[in-house]
Amino acid sequence: MPSRLVIPFKQHGGEASKPQVKAGDHVLKGQLIGMPEGYISGAIHAPTSGTITAIDEQPVAHPSELPDLCATLIPDGKDEWIQLEPVDYREHTSEVLQQKLRMAGVVGLGGATFPSDIKLRTGKYKINTLILNGAECEPYITCDDLLMREHAPEILRGAEILRHVLDAGEVLIGIEDNKPEAIEAMRQEIAELGFDFDVVAVPTIYPGGGVKQLIKVMTGLEVPSGKLPNEIGVQCFNVATSRTIFRALELGEPLLSRIVTITGNVRHPGNYDALIGSPIDELIAGVEKLPDTNGYIMGGPMMGIRLPSVEVPLVKATNCIIAISDKLFPPAPPALPCIRCTRCVEVCPVELQPQDLYWFSKAKEFGKAQTFSLFDCIECGACSYVCPSHIPLVQYFRFAKSEIRVRALEKQNADKARERHEFREYRIEREKKEKAERLAAKEKAALAAKEKAALVAQEGAAASTTEPPAPTSTEAALPKE
Amino acid sequence: MSALFSPFVNKPDTVSQIMLKVLLSLLPGIALYVWHFGPAILVSIALASITALSTEALMLKLRDRPIMPFLKDNSALLTGWLLALSIPPMAPWWLVVVGTAFCIVIAKHLYGGLGNNLFNPAMVGFAVLIISFPVQMTQWLSPNGLGQIDLSFADQLKYIFMGVLPPDVTLDAITMATPLDTLKTQLHLDQSVKQILDLPIYGRLAGHGSEMVSLGFLLGGVYLLFSRIISWHIPVAYLGSLFAIAGIFHLVDPEHYVAPLFHWFSGAAMLGAFFILTDPVSSPTTNKGKLIFAVMAGLITYLIRVFGSFPEGLAFATLLMNICVPLLVLYTQPKVFGRKDRKNGGQQ
Repeated sequence: MPSRLVIPFKQHGGEASKPQVKAGDHVLKGQLIGMPEGYISGAIHAPTSGTITAIDEQPVAHPSELPDLCATLIPDGKDEWIQLEPVDYREHTSEVLQQKLRMAGVVGLGGATFPSDIKLRTGKYKINTLILNGAECEPYITCDDLLMREHAPEILRGAEILRHVLDAGEVLIGIEDNKPEAIEAMRQEIAELGFDFDVVAVPTIYPGGGVKQLIKVMTGLEVPSGKLPNEIGVQCFNVATSRTIFRALELGEPLLSRIVTITGNVRHPGNYDALIGSPIDELIAGVEKLPDTNGYIMGGPMMGIRLPSVEVPLVKATNCIIAISDKLFPPAPPALPCIRCTRCVEVCPVELQPQDLYWFSKAKEFGKAQTFSLFDCIECGACSYVCPSHIPLVQYFRFAKSEIRVRALEKQNADKARERHEFREYRIEREKKEKAERLAAKEKAALAAKEKAALVAQEGAAASTTEPPAPTSTEAALPKE
Repeated sequence: MSALFSPFVNKPDTVSQIMLKVLLSLLPGIALYVWHFGPAILVSIALASITALSTEALMLKLRDRPIMPFLKDNSALLTGWLLALSIPPMAPWWLVVVGTAFCIVIAKHLYGGLGNNLFNPAMVGFAVLIISFPVQMTQWLSPNGLGQIDLSFADQLKYIFMGVLPPDVTLDAITMATPLDTLKTQLHLDQSVKQILDLPIYGRLAGHGSEMVSLGFLLGGVYLLFSRIISWHIPVAYLGSLFAIAGIFHLVDPEHYVAPLFHWFSGAAMLGAFFILTDPVSSPTTNKGKLIFAVMAGLITYLIRVFGSFPEGLAFATLLMNICVPLLVLYTQPKVFGRKDRKNGGQQ
């Protein structure tokens, strides 16, 4: 049990959750401390019982290195649970189960942490194929492998729940062919449970664990650019997510811990079940780093981020922590110019032309970069890995993407300001015109009334009769807006 | 300090290793060259190497670029070797130096250095030499045993560096026209292909000696293919189109048009197919573009060889097709993942 837990209120795609506790509160294990806010959001829970000592900004693992709102929890060591409320998935509608998962804080554990309840809302699309993703995200990471070997029953029963809720036709489980034990364990368990699932051994080629890549390998279908898998009748969940869904519904347990691979330059590399919020330094102390360690990566070696400090907490997205040294991860030599050898083209899973995108990004020709499908890039890093000139290609692409986004935003703001300005001009002009018209109408009416009065007086004098004056309402003469 | 950002790992494959492998795969061809024509070619290669490295260093210094990382990338060395292999081995020393310097200074660095040259630098150097110094560019050594006199290596060195031949030897006695050149001249003299190929300078497929050198380059090229330094597209398309057009002419009129295999193993066809046209910087990046590029280069090579005024057409074919590369790349862009099926809404 860690000495303290630091639990960020945003550990998922979408909006941060809203704190439900304050400093000094005593919480039980599994108690809701962050309420989901907005359509895409997730709940946050206390991973163990103890006392909340602070709700404030703490350093977290994020490329921006900015702190984020967190709850600090000092465990009391009793690990005292709240009352758990399991539900039977067969007796409830999809909406009820979605709400249950949302409140259990279930998010995708493959790394993207997209709230799982959203993925059950398939809308008008019929799901033909449910895919369980048992391909690791990146080399070095083995947490899903271990999970499949040790928790196959829970994963598979989670898949059965998903199949039921999505009303999916078939269930395919994709596992990379370098994990024969996991494949064997899952096949055996499927036979034992009597499920009609298929385990497919997929080639171990990075980034085979990417959703769209896995779907292509397993079904031959290409998810169109900018669309989601459910739009072509496929939905995909990570194996760890499937297990969490099973536990959230059948046992009523919210997501409080995850399996994380701790490896690299350490004495006891392995997979560890860690509470959400555990400080990374305490996890590393448990595996004994080697003396020449000079940094840590959160995530894999291809897409992970370098941790600014080890005082950040483990979050739901943390699938791997790698201790690095100059020997294990030697720094890349200085970049040379691109020689257009197209090794990057050969490895790009999205079939882009990275050498052209690099050229456009470097020259800030963002329009051309977009025509060459810059935004289809998944930033897997395969191009940078094979580049014989050691060009940090992905960094160039990220730069171009953010520049384009910033410019689009600036343009949007400028457009808005211009529209506002033009409308103001128009309004001033219109008011002026209206005023003039009102004035003219008034004068005209007054004149008309005068003339009429004079006429009436004349006629009256002539005919000796009195008639009521003609209506001279200035109101009626006003132009209607 | 380890790497600061992802990916934290790199494939241990560098530009300098790629270039080194290309240099190594030239060795079988060079060895056969020495075997059949004597060691003079090694002098040209050495001269070209020294010139290439020193002009490269000079230009890097002038351009205020780091010198050592670029010198170690082996690209200048490769340019020098390819030029040396394209010109007569007994060429005077200044021809090699001027040609190589032109390759590196004008064709490479004035275009922006490594990775930015529009044209293949070695072929630019070759074109400049053949236009400016046509006489020196035709002094091809006779294969061993075929010339009137076989010059000793010491005498060869003397000629290369001082331009002096032993008193009783004329240049004509040690050099002769290339097999391609002889074929063209003899055809103009109304000889039939069959009669011409009976001349002693011809071997089994093409020129005696030079056909073996081509075979050496073919071997090296196959190694490049299998080590995945180059893709199959350019060599296959180039040799295929050269074979096809030569085959058509040969089938129609075998008296006047030589068999396609003769074209494969003559001149610089093999060197071009595997080592020159495949230069990544000046060839298209898309596979379809590579195919069009190489097919056109094959056709132009043939047309220049058979109907043009130069005996060999590879250099001009390469340069002409180099100009087309940006356009070829633009119009042969492959479809991106998830944008292939229009009905699927892929195309936005």
